[in-house]
Amino acid sequence: MSNKGENILIELDGVSKFFPVRRGLILKGKRRKLKAVDNVTFHIRKGETLGLVGESGCGKTTMGRLIMHLEEVTQGRIRFGGKDITHPTKAQNRGLKKEMQMIFQDPFGSLNPRMTAGDIIGQPLRIHRMTGSRSEYRERVEHLMESVGLHPAMSDRYPHEFSGGQRQRIGIARAISVDPRFIVCDEPVSALDVSIQAQIINLLEQLQQELGLTYLFIAHDLAVVRHISDRIAVMYLGGIVEVASRSDLYSHPKHPYTRALLSAVPIPDPEAEVKRESFEIKGEVPSLENPPRGCKFHPRCPRAIPVCHKEAPLLRRQGGGDHWVACHNA
Amino acid sequence: MRDNTARPLKRKHEGRVSTILKHKIAFAGLVIIIAMLCMAVFAPYLAPHDPNDQDLYHVLEGPSRKHLLGTDDVGRDLLSRVIYGARISLFIGIVSTFLSALLGSAFGLISGYKGGLSDMVIMRITDTFMCMPVMVMLLVIVAVMGPGVQNIIIAISILTWTTFARLMRGQVLYVRELPFVEAAHAAGASELRIMLKDILPNAMAPIIVAVSITLGRHIMLESIATFLGLGVQPPIPTWGKALRVGYSYLEIVPLFSIAPGLMITLAVLGFNFFGDGLRDALDPRLRGEGKTL
Amino acid sequence: MAPLLSVNNLSTHFFTGNGVVKAVDQISYELNAGETLGIVGESGCGKSVSALSLLRLIPNPPGKIVGGEILFEGRDLLKANKKELSHIRGNRIAMIFQEPMTSLNPVHRIGCQVREPLMVHQKMKKHRATAEAIGALKKVQIPDSESRIDDFPHQFSGGMRQRAMIAMGLTCAPKLIIADEPTTALDVTIQAQLLSLMKQLTRETGTALIIITHNLGIIARYADRVNVMYAGRIVEKAAATDLYRHPKHPYTIGLMASVPQLDQDIKSRLTPIEGQPPDLADLPSGCAFAPRCRFAVEKCRMEAPRLRPVSGGHEIACWVDVE
Repeated sequence: MSNKGENILIELDGVSKFFPVRRGLILKGKRRKLKAVDNVTFHIRKGETLGLVGESGCGKTTMGRLIMHLEEVTQGRIRFGGKDITHPTKAQNRGLKKEMQMIFQDPFGSLNPRMTAGDIIGQPLRIHRMTGSRSEYRERVEHLMESVGLHPAMSDRYPHEFSGGQRQRIGIARAISVDPRFIVCDEPVSALDVSIQAQIINLLEQLQQELGLTYLFIAHDLAVVRHISDRIAVMYLGGIVEVASRSDLYSHPKHPYTRALLSAVPIPDPEAEVKRESFEIKGEVPSLENPPRGCKFHPRCPRAIPVCHKEAPLLRRQGGGDHWVACHNA
Repeated sequence: MRDNTARPLKRKHEGRVSTILKHKIAFAGLVIIIAMLCMAVFAPYLAPHDPNDQDLYHVLEGPSRKHLLGTDDVGRDLLSRVIYGARISLFIGIVSTFLSALLGSAFGLISGYKGGLSDMVIMRITDTFMCMPVMVMLLVIVAVMGPGVQNIIIAISILTWTTFARLMRGQVLYVRELPFVEAAHAAGASELRIMLKDILPNAMAPIIVAVSITLGRHIMLESIATFLGLGVQPPIPTWGKALRVGYSYLEIVPLFSIAPGLMITLAVLGFNFFGDGLRDALDPRLRGEGKTL
Repeated sequence: MAPLLSVNNLSTHFFTGNGVVKAVDQISYELNAGETLGIVGESGCGKSVSALSLLRLIPNPPGKIVGGEILFEGRDLLKANKKELSHIRGNRIAMIFQEPMTSLNPVHRIGCQVREPLMVHQKMKKHRATAEAIGALKKVQIPDSESRIDDFPHQFSGGMRQRAMIAMGLTCAPKLIIADEPTTALDVTIQAQLLSLMKQLTRETGTALIIITHNLGIIARYADRVNVMYAGRIVEKAAATDLYRHPKHPYTIGLMASVPQLDQDIKSRLTPIEGQPPDLADLPSGCAFAPRCRFAVEKCRMEAPRLRPVSGGHEIACWVDVE
């Protein structure tokens, strides 16, 4: 399915994003930093899908926005195809937007309600002046609609005339219109009905094969991520706690948070459910404004040892393979 | 495997036009507006007399077969003057509202989208305008610039654009946070493109409603200014002027002031009613588009 | 022994500008005391409306319960008057909603909201109700409940708010709790905590529980019996183990094949159910699932199937025997 050469398409090196937090309405209190993404390093190889999982507020969406340059990077470097794109110039940014596209979570909000489906799909083509002649443009839009499973005759309809799954197809057609190499999929199926999710997942897989796309697949649903990804990164409170190939991660999770996450997902099979080892963690996710010292997971961790309270663990390679874990205990 | 499963949904023909037609009050408003527009456009065919012809044998008379609504103080046919009056009132109302909405929307769009210093400056200007009494300022401006159709249009527009600016800014602040705007950013669209293609069309609905309601208000403003002698100058037939003169003869020929007064009321009501209907039609929540299930 | 709740031919329709929406159409099921029933289906299948109908919480207009009966402890709730109904709501039957953000009133303190049902239904004095409320918050494992009782909802996290909602639901020791997507808005680790807590508390008190969800996994983990709903009707009824081992209705089979599962073979491709759920105001004649069904025969398009037993306690609404 995917070409697992050591060809790295995108590389993040110690990337952080801090948002300033101001307290107080009139008197601006002490300025504090909210570390939405904190010193994250990973890479994505050409043609592969990297799944990024984590619970709400863990920074996974900010991660996608940083790569898409919808948000300014505070620290660190992002390289795309070998070139540094951390702070692109305006012209560079334009070029980049042709190579990287994004699919959004909300199939209702992410389409302009005043534009027709055809206009929405063709929008990137017009932005990047790739329209060609009128008939070429029409043909291209029709071809795009067909390749995402929409009838071209529906191109003059408005978003509200489509169902959720169809709207997501429009969003996908828009993303592939300019032949990008890389697509950030930000929770593309979580807003859809259960029976529709599989249609969209299959479509994304099929397009990846046909067009040789590389995906960053952001989601909170571990089963979906496991299905579509080649490698998976688990995020907790702005940092990556574990990265591994999917078979490694799901069969031998090493970080306690990953284990808890996996154990929390119910399997639709009551008999298997009974036999499963349960690894429940206590407490709630701490606030990003006031993260715990040391390992950010230690207050909830059943395996915490004294060093976890003091020192934040680094992401280290475990075993011989490509399995990275940030835990003192691993 | 091709996933050609998506089928077209049934098209829901719950159009905006039909919503307005169903809305009884809005429909009444629309009828009034259309009648007024016809009156203005076809005045020469509808009016029984030239509005400026003086019938000196019949001065200040009540309704008669020759003059259906009677005559004014210099023997001009009241009905004809009321019909011709629609021209100037609607003209001033429409042009001043259009200018005001254009100016206000442009500033509101920039203010809401750009934020920062430009937002600050524009909002402080609108604050300044908001604390001026419109009527008094209108009279002052017209007095300084001199009366006349052109000047009253300019004066009204200058004094009222801030309402549109605030309305537009509020809408833009909301729309620019919607996901499709982010999608446009992600696709590499320029700021100008996002402002004009993505934000503006989605921020227009309340502006359109406000335009209808403001139209009525501007007709009123013009009438008041003219009533006070600072608006449109004679001999152009206007409702405000007729009201002013007729007012002196209220006891002799009541229709002289009642007829133009009624026209002003009708015009304002018509635009307000229509505006209400538009609000309902443009608000999808009220149209039952969002399912409750 | 008579069941705690028995719903017979319940229909709830919405009368809208687009026509009559048959949100719930002739559903029947029973629930015994202490049992956990899962109602599973996609959005718009009528699962929430069927639950709201039990407490007659359907906004009217446009909605209306057009027929059937709801026997709770032998009494027909559809014939109950306002006073009887308000005695049942929150007291005998409690409801937990999906949105922990909006189902608590933001201007009242948590304690005040948790003790309110006690003061209303059990005529408790304030200080006793407060003590009970603290106990209830302890039971749902809210730390420092003595002091947190004076917090406002915005000072609670989403998970804590849902805990408070569960505490509220449990204070009057109801016979039945209806939980409408109680954890959908929460993160998975919190979801697991809350559902185990609910299951444990209802088991301790012998309370019956209806869990409404779109997540097949949650049902598998927590429910004893399952109703699968599609387009306003129950299409399959079975014991949970039976349903997952031998799903019989094409929709259930399709749903299970289309959802990625943690214990699946990695390489297996998903088999989606083609098409999309029907418009409830414009249902196809015959079986509502027929247009998307791989097994549909002529008869399916003509006549809507009724539930029929296929094996002990397992019922499906389908003309075809899929094996």
